[in-house]
Amino acid sequence: MSALVVDSLSVVFGAFRALDGLSLAVDAGEVRAVIGPNGAGKTTLLDAITGITRPRSGRIVLGDGLDLTQHGEAAIARAGVRRKFQKPSVFPALTVRENLSLGCGPGCPPGAQADRIAAALAETGLEARAGALAGALAHGEKQWLEIGMVLASEPRVILLDEPVAGLSDAETARTAELIATLRRPDRAILVIEHDMAFVEAVADRVTVLHEGRTLFEGGMAAARADARVIEVFLGR
Amino acid sequence: MSGAVDLSPRVPAVRRIGPALGSDPLLASLVVLVLAAALGLVLLQPAPYLVNMVGQLAAFAILAVSLDLVWGYLGILSLGHGLFFAIGGYVCAMHLLAHAYAVTGTAPDLMQFMGWKSLPAYWTGLTSAPYALVLALGLAAAVAFVFGLASFRSRVNGVYFSIISQALVYVAMLLMFRNDTGLGGNNGMTGFSVLFGWPMGSPGVVTGLAVAALLTLAGVLVGAKVLVASPIGRRMLACRDDEARLRTLGYSTTRLKLGIWCLSAVIAALAGLLYVPQVGIINPRVLSPDLSIEIAVWVAIGGMGRLGGAVIGAVAVNALKFWLSAAMPEAWPFILSGLVLAVVLGLPNGLLDLAALRLRPASLKPTSLKPTWLRRGGGLR
Repeated sequence: MSALVVDSLSVVFGAFRALDGLSLAVDAGEVRAVIGPNGAGKTTLLDAITGITRPRSGRIVLGDGLDLTQHGEAAIARAGVRRKFQKPSVFPALTVRENLSLGCGPGCPPGAQADRIAAALAETGLEARAGALAGALAHGEKQWLEIGMVLASEPRVILLDEPVAGLSDAETARTAELIATLRRPDRAILVIEHDMAFVEAVADRVTVLHEGRTLFEGGMAAARADARVIEVFLGR
Repeated sequence: MSGAVDLSPRVPAVRRIGPALGSDPLLASLVVLVLAAALGLVLLQPAPYLVNMVGQLAAFAILAVSLDLVWGYLGILSLGHGLFFAIGGYVCAMHLLAHAYAVTGTAPDLMQFMGWKSLPAYWTGLTSAPYALVLALGLAAAVAFVFGLASFRSRVNGVYFSIISQALVYVAMLLMFRNDTGLGGNNGMTGFSVLFGWPMGSPGVVTGLAVAALLTLAGVLVGAKVLVASPIGRRMLACRDDEARLRTLGYSTTRLKLGIWCLSAVIAALAGLLYVPQVGIINPRVLSPDLSIEIAVWVAIGGMGRLGGAVIGAVAVNALKFWLSAAMPEAWPFILSGLVLAVVLGLPNGLLDLAALRLRPASLKPTSLKPTWLRRGGGLR
């Protein structure tokens, strides 16, 4: 069953069509990677899903029929859609624990919050840093903290924008493991990434975007063999 | 912001006072000092002019705390907070005049000046102090709500918000300069002779007003500290540092900002309410943009984002002003500007940086390498 359906979505900035009638369906339980050259519309897609950018036309529908294009950022997040941003977006003046408590979201039952924070600390391996200010963390730790903040809300759709950008090989491997543990039968995960080895390790299927449209959809092995994909993206 | 502070939102506010003050020794000692000053005024009965000055400083400190709540903790720089201060002050002045008129039978100057036989209809009921209090605070909250809702909903932020807030206070000043508003025009309102039936200038009333201002300051400090140490306080800091990010975590930042903005306006009105009977006059000068900018200067000099800093800044600058504007009035603007430059260049977190130098010498090296925003929210841990 589809957890997230993007239906002929168009986003226009002035004369530039960032997304041009894009359609995409991510199943519950699936990890989908979206790849493509710079300017293909990957981050614009996430901006449209999270309500930061208003699409010109088209719909973005959750599994239960909620049309996200009709709601603001906060309401979309409360509906269970959470995003890890490309630039690590944690709150520097708050501790790791406090960041995670905000990550739980406004709808979190007070009794459940302590458990969720403990679980997120354990999954991200940040237990020893719980009392540290987020601004004092290393780049990789910030990335994991942000993934922990996503986790703490128990979302049904997770959007990850370049989760391993700027990370070392060891940190990348650690992040791939972390994403594997995020996978749940009732959860859809959408990853944007340039690191093809990483994509191959975490994703079930890939969608290749080119100039705001879907160029290819399928397994990573098939994508590597596809002539159009090689021409616009992989071959360069 | 120690990790030990209870994160659960269901702890009653009263039980949060102890931990909140315990996490901020500077603020706790300030509260004790303020309460001791109130006791000292009652027991020692110093000269009335000194008592009056302490009372005025307390009112300014309350005003500075109100601005620090929105600027230091929420990142909203208001350059128009004089508006809310003036709302409190004007309504208080209206009450004092209406009350004096009822008690003494002498028509206020503004009635004689305008040739009116009675006060305008909107003065009705202002002989009642409780009604005046509710009106002052309610009006400040209502004006703040309308202005805040329009701005925050349209996502007017940063310098644009500051400029609009400044324009708002300027418009209010132009309005109050008009004589036909029935609020004294450019002469303002003065000649308050009676307070709760007591003669205005008597030592008892002077002490009573100063003590009321000090106790209110202590209460506002404790309340504000409990607020910023609570889960809402963490949302405020998060909103200050990255509002868009907080929104994508499911929080309505408009509601958060609007709530704190209105609370700040109410506290500022409270300060105006306590200030006017102590100086004995209000006129449209309190609405001049430079006074509103000066409030921000107090907070910046003391140290923003730390409630104690706002109090220290307001008291230090105004005490200096009381002294210097009498000793060498023409030099005061230059001294104030010099202070601002010195703080901006040498002490980016205000005078509290000096305290940090002295209290935590060991922590200097690592923290001084971090950018200002890292240290700003942290306080003196």
